[in-house]
Amino acid sequence: MSQSDAHVVILGAGHAGGTAAALLRQYGHTGPITLIGEEAIPPYQRPPLSKAWLKGEADADSLALKPLEFYAEQHIDFRPNVRAEKLARSDKTVSLSDGSSLSYDVLIIATGMRPIRLPIEGADLEGVLTLRSAADAEAIKAALGPGKRLAIVGGGYIGLEVAASARALGADAVVIEREPRILARSACEPLSNFFRDYHLARGVEFVLGAGVAGFVGEAGHVVGVRLADGRVIDCDVVLLGVGATPNDEIAREAGLECARGVVVDLEARTADPSVFAIGDVTHRPMPHYGRMFGPESVPSALEQAKQAASAITGRAAPTPEVPWNWSDQYDLKLQIAGLPFDADRVLLRGDPASGKFAVFHLKGDQVQSVEAINSPPEFMMGKQLIANRKAVDPVKLADPSVSMKEVAA
Amino acid sequence: MAKITYIEHDGTEHVVDVKNGLTVMEGAVKNNIPGIDADCGGACACATCHVYVDEAWRDKTGSTSAMEDSMLDFAENVEPNSRLSCQIKVTDELDGLVVRMPESQH
Repeated sequence: MSQSDAHVVILGAGHAGGTAAALLRQYGHTGPITLIGEEAIPPYQRPPLSKAWLKGEADADSLALKPLEFYAEQHIDFRPNVRAEKLARSDKTVSLSDGSSLSYDVLIIATGMRPIRLPIEGADLEGVLTLRSAADAEAIKAALGPGKRLAIVGGGYIGLEVAASARALGADAVVIEREPRILARSACEPLSNFFRDYHLARGVEFVLGAGVAGFVGEAGHVVGVRLADGRVIDCDVVLLGVGATPNDEIAREAGLECARGVVVDLEARTADPSVFAIGDVTHRPMPHYGRMFGPESVPSALEQAKQAASAITGRAAPTPEVPWNWSDQYDLKLQIAGLPFDADRVLLRGDPASGKFAVFHLKGDQVQSVEAINSPPEFMMGKQLIANRKAVDPVKLADPSVSMKEVAA
Repeated sequence: MAKITYIEHDGTEHVVDVKNGLTVMEGAVKNNIPGIDADCGGACACATCHVYVDEAWRDKTGSTSAMEDSMLDFAENVEPNSRLSCQIKVTDELDGLVVRMPESQH
């Protein structure tokens, strides 16, 4: 189906929405495109916010996906500081927060996620921060510096990346995690332990297996985190890194099927043929794994932007991707390919003590996923092995003296 | 500032001015030039900004880091003049640079 003069309205000007707008033009869409963004600035890269941005190594220009003038040049009507409030699918209109409404031929929901704010005592104190937007990152940056003490609630990737950046800025960092190990939800145990030890050696403190009961304030500003066992961890600022929830209310209220996010197909289309959804707000089919999932990653958002833009412009769908992601902490580069679904075996390649190793998750003799620390060959070849569904010899795979090319031969 | 010519796999040429300090990848992405995906935004994590540097420019674009070498070693259709364009910083020295893109970044 090609609809080159259709009006495409994109709700959400994040990585997914911004990329979809640019790709529609790149793929030859000539009809009007309206891009609705809640923030004041055009679409930008969020991953550097916890890293280069905090350390002062990136500015607004370098984060921007495209320069501001790009949108006018490409006839993309970018509208900042406004959000969509209601979707009426029967007459194909969207009501906006500024009181206006927009008619669409094709709608792309790209409203992303928002950080979870714990509903506990003191959560609204000044200095209890979350990280999603550039404005959030700016607030965290302003609160950090030599002698400051940052308490991070939640030992996930965002929390750990901010801990590393805080140390680089001379601030103290303490990570408080409910589970007995960090990255409990997203990484296997050898990797959790490796990251914990790496951060410990660089002065980050950990309080593991500890629930948070509330925040202690003085004159309206946070000064401590109260644990469930009564202990109080002193701090100057708190980062809540306990996950995010999809901004799928607009789809839900419009009667579109939602699970943990808006349910879409491999074209990023909902059950309504005129409505697509892309990025973190979606619950999407994962090729290679035969199930639905929400990867919460930039590569997944980009993939779905390609799927939707391809479907709208009548272009062939992109090759089904192997999901992947990365994290930078200190001088460590973690690259993850695949998802560990249905894995029955975990295999370590290399010695974590060397700072260079990979963890493979196998189902029988097939690679389901790989977590690679400072090991691009394991990541790159692992990604190809997942795509090809090629059987591997676990003995060779576990032996770092056998090259990855030989493992895959 | 450097004038850079990006040539798509099908031969389509794009000539743009890129500011010093940006990378060759950013020059393409910010000008919406197709063929350089740069999924990771320049973190040297994905090898989707692969280009072939014109022979005349190989010395001026500098040498590769161990990380870049290692990523390129496993990318598709790699040639001796392959580079990850996120790892080439633009300077006045690169005025006139010509890079070509592979058929696919994935």
